[in-house]
Amino acid sequence: MLKVSDLHAEINGKEILKGINLEVKPGEVHAIMGPNGSGKSTLSMVLAGNPAYTPTSGSAEFYGKDLLAMPPEVRSHEGLFLGFQYPVEIPGVSMVNFMRAAVNAKRAYFNEPPMTATEFLKMMREKRAVVELDNKLASRSVNEGFSGGEKKRNEIFQMAVLEPKLSILDETDSGLDIDALRIVAEGVNKLKTENNATIVITHYQRLLDYIKPDFVHILYKGKIVMTGGPELALDLEERGYDWIKEQVDKEG
Amino acid sequence: MSALKQYIDLFRDHRDIIDSHSAPAINALRRRAFDALDGVELPKPGADNYENTDLETMLSPDYGLNIARLNIDVNPAATFHCDVPRISSHPFIVINDSYVENPRTYEGLPEGVEVGSLKEFALKDPATFAHFYGKEADMANPMVALNTLLAQDGFYLRVKKGVRIEKPLQLVNILQNGMPLMAVRRLLVIIEDNASAKLLVCDHTQNPDLEFLSLETVEIFVGENAEFDFYNLEESTVKTQRISTLYLAQKRDSRVVIDGITLYNGTTRNEYYCRFEGENASLRLLGMGIEDECRKVSTYSRIDHAVPRCHSDELFKFSIDEEARGAFTGRIYVAEGAVKTEAYQSNRNLVGSDTARMESKPELEIYNDDVKCSHGSAIGQLDPLQMFYMRTRGIDEPTALLLLKQAFMADIIDGVRVEALRDRLHLLVERRFAGAVSACASCAGCNKLPE
Repeated sequence: MLKVSDLHAEINGKEILKGINLEVKPGEVHAIMGPNGSGKSTLSMVLAGNPAYTPTSGSAEFYGKDLLAMPPEVRSHEGLFLGFQYPVEIPGVSMVNFMRAAVNAKRAYFNEPPMTATEFLKMMREKRAVVELDNKLASRSVNEGFSGGEKKRNEIFQMAVLEPKLSILDETDSGLDIDALRIVAEGVNKLKTENNATIVITHYQRLLDYIKPDFVHILYKGKIVMTGGPELALDLEERGYDWIKEQVDKEG
Repeated sequence: MSALKQYIDLFRDHRDIIDSHSAPAINALRRRAFDALDGVELPKPGADNYENTDLETMLSPDYGLNIARLNIDVNPAATFHCDVPRISSHPFIVINDSYVENPRTYEGLPEGVEVGSLKEFALKDPATFAHFYGKEADMANPMVALNTLLAQDGFYLRVKKGVRIEKPLQLVNILQNGMPLMAVRRLLVIIEDNASAKLLVCDHTQNPDLEFLSLETVEIFVGENAEFDFYNLEESTVKTQRISTLYLAQKRDSRVVIDGITLYNGTTRNEYYCRFEGENASLRLLGMGIEDECRKVSTYSRIDHAVPRCHSDELFKFSIDEEARGAFTGRIYVAEGAVKTEAYQSNRNLVGSDTARMESKPELEIYNDDVKCSHGSAIGQLDPLQMFYMRTRGIDEPTALLLLKQAFMADIIDGVRVEALRDRLHLLVERRFAGAVSACASCAGCNKLPE
C-alpha cells in the first residue's frame, strides 16, 4: 500500500530525511525506532503532508497514487492517518463539531450524503468505547484541558472513527503511564485487520510489548540503517543505540 | 467649511423646530452642547486615540436630518423581522431617530419598568430625567456634544428599585430613508438599586445603497447591587457609518456585562467609558468585529477604577481580512486609593491578508501597588499547526479556516448570558464567516430559521 523510495525532505532549508526507503503491505505492523533527532517525526510529518516540510527528491506512493502530490485532507480521505506526538489543542472547536466536519468531509469526498445526527452520535458512542474515552470530553474543545493520556486516547479514538488503511502513530507512547499505554495499545490492536497497516514510531521498546511489530526499522541521520524482526527492538532495549551509531558512522 | 460647522449652522438656523419636536428636559442641554462645540476642531486621524478614525470624513457627506419629524415611515416596524427573533415578544423599535409607538410592545412587562420613547419620558417625568440625562456623557467629546445638540428622541429604560426583568428586552434600531440620512440617537438606561435587566440592541440598515450616519450616545446608570447586561449587535451595510459613544456608571456591588458585536458594518467607531463609583462592582467589557472588504472598525475604551475592590475584565477580538481596517485602544485607569483592584485587558486580532491592517494600543495607568492587573495584545494569523491537524483529519482548508475563525470568536459570544441569544450569535457568526450576505438585507427569510 505504501512505497517510499529514496525520499529526501527538508525544513527551513535543513535536510532531515536523506533517502528513506520503506514498503508497507496490508496487514503489517512496522516499528520505526531511532535516537532523538534521527528524523522519525519528520518522516511522519512529510507522509501526512505538513506544509512546513518540503520533500526535495524521491517518491512516496500510496496504493499507486503519488502521495506527495495530495493535500493533507486528500491523504486522509485516501486512508492515511497520523496520530500526533503532540496532539494540537483547538480552543473553541468542540470535539463533536470537529469530528462531524471530519466524517462528513470524507463522505463528501466519496460522494456520500452527510451522516444524520442519530447515525453520527451512535458511531461516536461505539468508537469511544474502543479507547474508553469519557463522554464528557465530547463536549469539550479539541484536546483543550485534556490530560496527556486523554490526548493520546483521543488520537486513537479519531483513528477508530476515520477507519484509515494506514496509521502512522508518532510516539503515541510518550508521556503515558502504564495503564494509559495499555488502553492505547489495546485500542490499536482492536482496530487491526488484515486489510490495514500500522507504522509505530517510538523511541522505546516498551510499546512493542503491546503492539507486536512484524518489522523493526532503525532510523539514524535521516536514513533507515537497519531492518529486522521484533528481536531487533529487544536488542536495542538491551544495548542502546550507540552500537548502531558507531557502526553507521564507521561505514561513513 | 468643516464638517461640524454644517450641523452647528443647522442648529443655529432651526433651533425652534428642533426644540418643538422634542422635550424641554432634552432641549435644556442644547446650549451647553453648542458652547462645547464652539471653536472645536475634530481630532485628526492619527491623533492620540484616533489612530484609525477620521471623524471629519465620516461627518462630511451631506446627510439630511429629520428635525421636523416628517414622513416617518412606520411600515418597516410592522414588517421587520430581526436576525435575533423572539428575544422579547414585541421588540421596541426606533426608526432612524424616532421611537415607534406600539402598545403591544409593553405587554407582559412587570410593574416598575418604564420603557419607551426618550422624549415621552422627558415630558412625563422631567425631574428624574434631568437627574440622569447628560450627567455621565462628557460634552468635551465633540461627538457627544453634537449628539446632545441635535438629539430629539431615542430610547429610555428605567427599572425601579428591586424590580427584576427576567426576559431580555430588545431594541431594534432601523436606518431607513429615501436619501442619505444622519440619525441622532440617544439611549438612557437607569437600573436602580437591586434591580436587574438585560437589553439587546440590534442595529440594522434597510437600504444598502444609501449612505447613513448613526450618531449615538448611550448613558447607563447601574445602582447598588443591580445587574445589567447590554448587548449591541451591529448588522448594517458598507455605506453605513456609526459613531457610538457609551458611558457607564456603576454603583457598589453592581454587576454589568457590555458586549459589542460588529457583524456587518461600514465604518464604525465605538467608544466605551466605564466608571466604577462604588466598591465591589464588576464589569465584563467584551467586543468583537468581523471586517472584510473595505470595512473599518475602531474601538476606544476607558475603564476607570476610581474606587477600591472593583473587578473589570475586558476582551476585544477582531478578524480583519481583505482591505479592512481595525483599531483598538484600551485604557485602564486605576486611581491612587483604588486598592484591591482587579483589572484585566486583552485584545486579540486575526489579520488574514497582506492588505488588511490592525492597530492595537493597550494601556494601563496604575497609581497604587495593591492591584492585580494585566494587559495583552496580539495580532497574528491562525496557527498553522491547528490548521494542519484539522487537515490531517480530512477537513479541507476553507472549512478548517471557518471553524478556527468561529472558534476565535467563541469566548466573546460565550460572554452572553442569554442562552437563546448566545446560540443565535454562534450561528450568525458562522454564517458571517461562511460568506453569507447579511440576512437582514432581505430579512423576510429570517424567521424561517430555527429559533
